[in-house]
Amino acid sequence: MALTDTPHGGRATDADPLDAAAIAADFPLLGTTSHGRRLVYLDSAATSQKPTAVLDAMDRYYRTINANVHRGVYDIAEQATSAMEAARAKVGRFIGARSTSEVVFTKNATEACNLVVQSWGRANLAEGDVVVLSLMEHHADIVPWHILAAEKGLELRWIGVTDDGHLDLSNLDQLLDGAKALGVTAMSNVLGTITPVADLCAAAHAAGAVTLIDACQYVPHNVTDVAAWDADFVAFSGHKMCGPTGIGVLWGREELLDAMPPFLGGGEMIRDVRTDGFTVNDLPWKFEAGTPPIAEIIGIGAAVDYLEGLGMDAVRAHEVELTTYAMDVLGQRFGDRLTIHGPADPAERGGVLSLAFADLHPHDVAQVLDEHAVCVRAGHHCAKPLMRHLGVSATARASVYVYNTPADIDALADALDATAEFFMV
Amino acid sequence: MPGLEDLYREIILDHYRNPRNRGELEVPPAHRVEGFNPLCGDEIVIYLTVDGDTVTDIKIGGQGCSISQSSASMMSAAVKGKTVDEVRELTKSFKSMMSIHEHSLEGEDEPAEPTAESVAKLGDLEALRGVVKFPVRIKCATLSWNTLAQGLDEALAGA
Repeated sequence: MALTDTPHGGRATDADPLDAAAIAADFPLLGTTSHGRRLVYLDSAATSQKPTAVLDAMDRYYRTINANVHRGVYDIAEQATSAMEAARAKVGRFIGARSTSEVVFTKNATEACNLVVQSWGRANLAEGDVVVLSLMEHHADIVPWHILAAEKGLELRWIGVTDDGHLDLSNLDQLLDGAKALGVTAMSNVLGTITPVADLCAAAHAAGAVTLIDACQYVPHNVTDVAAWDADFVAFSGHKMCGPTGIGVLWGREELLDAMPPFLGGGEMIRDVRTDGFTVNDLPWKFEAGTPPIAEIIGIGAAVDYLEGLGMDAVRAHEVELTTYAMDVLGQRFGDRLTIHGPADPAERGGVLSLAFADLHPHDVAQVLDEHAVCVRAGHHCAKPLMRHLGVSATARASVYVYNTPADIDALADALDATAEFFMV
Repeated sequence: MPGLEDLYREIILDHYRNPRNRGELEVPPAHRVEGFNPLCGDEIVIYLTVDGDTVTDIKIGGQGCSISQSSASMMSAAVKGKTVDEVRELTKSFKSMMSIHEHSLEGEDEPAEPTAESVAKLGDLEALRGVVKFPVRIKCATLSWNTLAQGLDEALAGA
């Protein structure tokens, strides 16, 4: 079938609806200094900073209702259980889930991907079966498939990337022909590209393939509706959306999750254990073996509250505004010396700017930026197939979030000027 | 606080801009070995000719930051024509300068500080001393050395 190139979600606005400078005051770490300068944090694609509301929610749990969940009948144990399950409901509503049965907590998005591959994949794929991935995938959506492919003899096919940083969908029907699964990102962590997830899911389903969407970069920055996508599995993490580390989410279509074998075994995930076997618990606990990260689950719930307070439409509009500003300013100041990988139109991308600066290695650029208290990520961003496609070993990546302001972009540009001066390029 | 000048000494930038012994050797007789820094994506390829107990030729390929590239360039100049034992000694001196000691959990020995003599043998490589103050970059500086050690082992095992 023919697919449109229209990205899901992105749209530009004339005015920035967020007061980012005021928002920054909610994040204690952003008030600190590094090398004697105001900290300029431009690495939210790696992990976001945490607002006081999230830190306080986790602290409150430990200080006032710390008890294990789904076990004790005493007051604080019930409070802990209901706080955790309330957070699950918040996360579910935040992404358009139909029921909390579909919201499985994992330790991170990587584990969520591994859960799908090891549980659904192992039960449903056999030798010669085809799995389609894209060259934009993070290693978390590649390596688990490699592991299963080596074991089962699966064929991996790859959706390419066009010169303007979009998925190359020209041969999608051929790639999906006979495929059993499609693993694809909703937003590239390197190029910022927002992919047409709903169209990809429709094409995959038409071919009979199940879809795993890596929404790590998408969920923190956009209105997410897993039902509108018509996806089968969606993975994302808490720590990129103002929540703590150690908590990831796998949303899955209930009938699929229901039919899948368990992933990890232990307490919590069982209904009964005998000497000759066991029966599994109901969803979602069937996939949550052992004591869960209770404080972190409460933390991601508080993060959802915080982001909903800002409004995800406003978050997206702010980032389009700031990305536009960054691309304009960097383009004007550095011209041909600076390349920003990925789509040229800010409406088609998130606030992730992978930079190539003169002939300098990203590691060296990031080192000088650090001297100016500008935090960016230098490296391959866990996306080596994409790096090879781009013909680079690494990029310096600046990424923005709700608390970043044009002043942060100016600081980045000034620090790049200093970098050019230092290395005489 | 260490400044950028501690890290990026002039001689380092010179080796970065004009890398020595860049290229490839025919395999065989040369031995080819690859090294990766999983942290930042740096890749190095070393071509090594070992004749008897001497490293008679070495060429460097791959891509990386100024620290990894200059370290590889200086290393190639330092080890070419040296015996395998001398190369291993030099590697030890270099890694010791990088504060990397082969710790044994049972050992009582405190790791020895690099001596003036061992540092003197390092020659230009001494310029990389400042890297120690930037712990994340130590892996950049040692990538070529670890890869060389692996290549030597493989070359000698195959000989």
